[in-house]
Amino acid sequence: MVRLTIDGREFEAGEGSTILEVLQDNGIEMPTLCYHEALTPQGACRLCMVEIAEGDRSRLVASCLFPVREGLVVRTNTQRVIQTRRMVIELLLARCPNVPAVREMAEKLGGQKPHPRFELSDEDCVLCGLCVRACREVVGIGAISFVNRGTVRKVSTPFDEASDVCIGCGACAYVCPTGAIELEDIGDTRRIGRWKAELKLKRCKVCSNYFAPEFQLEYIRKFAKLPEDFFEVCPTCRK
Amino acid sequence: MRAKEVKRVRSPEDLEALRDSIVSRRDPNKPCITVCSGTGCHAYGCESVTEAFIDEVKKQEIEGKVDIKTTGCHGFCERGPITVIHPEGIFYQRVTVEDVPEIISETVVNKNIIERLLYVDPNTGQKIVYERGVPFYKKQNRLIFGNNGLIDPTSIDDYVALGGYSALSKALYDMRPEGIIDVIKASGLRGRGGGGFPTGRKWESCRRADGDVRYVVCNADEGDPGAYTDRSLLEGNPHSIIEGMIIGAYAIGSNQGFVYVRDEYPLAVRNLSVALRQAEDYGLLGEDILGSGFDFQIRINRGAGAFVSGESSALMAALEGRVGEPRAKYIHTVERGLWDRPTSLNNVETWANVPLIIERGPDWYSKIGTEKSKGTKIFSLVGRINNTGLVEVPMGITLGEIVHDIGGGIPNGKKFKAVQTGGPSGGCIPESLFDTPVDFERLTEVGSMMGSGGMIVMDEDTCMVDVAKYFLGFLEEESCGKCVPCREGIRQMYHILTDITEGRGQPGDIELLEELSRVLRDASLCALGATAPNPVLTTIRYFREEYESHIKDKRCPAGVCKELIHYSIDQDRCNGCGACLKVCPQHVISGQKKEPHTLSQDECIKCGACYEACKFDAIVIE
Repeated sequence: MVRLTIDGREFEAGEGSTILEVLQDNGIEMPTLCYHEALTPQGACRLCMVEIAEGDRSRLVASCLFPVREGLVVRTNTQRVIQTRRMVIELLLARCPNVPAVREMAEKLGGQKPHPRFELSDEDCVLCGLCVRACREVVGIGAISFVNRGTVRKVSTPFDEASDVCIGCGACAYVCPTGAIELEDIGDTRRIGRWKAELKLKRCKVCSNYFAPEFQLEYIRKFAKLPEDFFEVCPTCRK
Repeated sequence: MRAKEVKRVRSPEDLEALRDSIVSRRDPNKPCITVCSGTGCHAYGCESVTEAFIDEVKKQEIEGKVDIKTTGCHGFCERGPITVIHPEGIFYQRVTVEDVPEIISETVVNKNIIERLLYVDPNTGQKIVYERGVPFYKKQNRLIFGNNGLIDPTSIDDYVALGGYSALSKALYDMRPEGIIDVIKASGLRGRGGGGFPTGRKWESCRRADGDVRYVVCNADEGDPGAYTDRSLLEGNPHSIIEGMIIGAYAIGSNQGFVYVRDEYPLAVRNLSVALRQAEDYGLLGEDILGSGFDFQIRINRGAGAFVSGESSALMAALEGRVGEPRAKYIHTVERGLWDRPTSLNNVETWANVPLIIERGPDWYSKIGTEKSKGTKIFSLVGRINNTGLVEVPMGITLGEIVHDIGGGIPNGKKFKAVQTGGPSGGCIPESLFDTPVDFERLTEVGSMMGSGGMIVMDEDTCMVDVAKYFLGFLEEESCGKCVPCREGIRQMYHILTDITEGRGQPGDIELLEELSRVLRDASLCALGATAPNPVLTTIRYFREEYESHIKDKRCPAGVCKELIHYSIDQDRCNGCGACLKVCPQHVISGQKKEPHTLSQDECIKCGACYEACKFDAIVIE
């Protein structure tokens, strides 16, 4: 265990934990757009920046990545931190002026409108990478990844082609903070337009409802070494 | 070519015996024609010059009486192809295939100097015979670079003959790893890649870090526009880098090294590959180096052309086969680097310094330079400067000395305006700070940085807002795009700068650029984003009035920004020669022969062709 100070209060934390984990464990709210507790932190959105003291000087660090250490002094609400967060969200707002989640975050951080001198785009994705990490780290597929760099960076399937490995589980859509990934089930087909994925759905033998993509069920069945007819019946009817 | 039968060197005595046998086979008085085969000279056609020498020697039937050698870069790229005739050291420049027969018959055979091939000092008009007499070289201290002109980079024998690998022998047999680290610490060597971190301390942290496997990495992902120092070192003297890496690996306790080099440097990759194979054949690399029991391998990894991959954590990601994107370095790479193992990553030039320090000792080394910046630094001196090339200068030399004494001043009688050091994330330093010495701290104080060796000279015809926009444009494309401040911040700064240069600047733009700069510095994930504002901040700091002219008066004082200038013809100066009329692609210039011409603004595309064509300074840019 190490002891650290956050905004004048003393905390104890396990070695190896990050500042953000300590804050969340103690119910202190911290704005983030690219963090999810089940996924490796990336430090991409830079909203969770905090100021740490280092001798006579101080610097800003991403709290989702910075490991705590004995005697660490953290301040989460200095002028420098507040102004930085506001500018960062204004930059994001200029990228995604019409995304509710970004607008809400901007309002919370005091930057309701993008700066009038900024050039506006109309993107729906903030490039937080949660979908990429969920697909790779949790699902274990890696159907999508970042492509290109700089301002033209985006998330896509290899060569922007319809993915032949996406199992249609929807984990990407679930973690997306902006709702940029649309998943729809129409008749016997699941469609994730962003990845050009179309997957046939499985029909339950009992209730005749479509309940999950066949590809996903097959993936789970093999992964968990379940009997071949395991998913003939939907989870609801199995109960 | 792979040596067929090479005797492996198994001890320091073997190495000395090898050196003696190489040297004894060579006659120091035998004429030797060296042709620079660096990248600059390649562009001037040095390959055909070399071939011509080989053919001519046959034709004049003096085969065996003269050696012909292709060497690495001599640095004075402006005057290539460069040819030096040894043993006298006669320096010929701008040598063409047509000059070759005369050089052989006159200089090599009859020992006469060919005057027209000599370099003429533009300041004194004096013709200079020997390489060492050329003013470009006089104020340099070519410790790292000097051997480039003497050795064939594909010949390990050339390197050994000049004392190569004796530092390695000394390190392995006479020193303990900790002792090597102490020597490097005492020398004051700091990272030449830009950061300037003390090399000895980096090695020490790496050696002390937990773990049984350690790596050393040579960062040869030089990507700054206009910089080619690392390239020329790898191309011209690859063994000096290999030797440095082996010594470093032994000091740190590593058995595996990597060179991450740009694939855009084919000659560097080729020469380094040859050098690695030769060193292995000689038993100077691989298993049981010099019979000491120490094993070390080096692998070459070719980069795929992303500037950001020069950032250490991005480089390591790329080495691991992942996308070259930086990560936060809250846990340093000396503790958890490549594949999460302790890793010491050093720049090409840093590695090349190591054998020299081991060989000559830290006291000698630390006498060169300033209090906190020791040794020499190689710069790519480019831009609006008479003597374009690579210069190696002792730390502490002033920027003014580099530009005027080595660089030979600004061409065409133009006035100097600024020098940009440190690559795209460096800063622009004005003439008033010409007495700033080359020193890590001092360059940072004036808002720039040492960087990896770019030095771009700008004259009065340069618009500083346009310069800032250029570098931001470069960084916008080269940002990996992972974190918001860098990706979105540089984009917006570029947008504002574009507005300013196109007449859409607004009051408050300068302050907004400064605030964005602060956020980029404070909040970016890696140094690319954190240093990206430097060109903007320094140009605002030293050339604020230029920004204000663009914003308030919609005027570009340097006459560069197309949207803010127009061309006209001075009726008093124009003598109606018609040169402008002929080159104008828009046909907007009219006038009778021998009568002053006029230029119609409406269709003018401001290409500047008339300005270039006019010999009477009659075209006016306003």
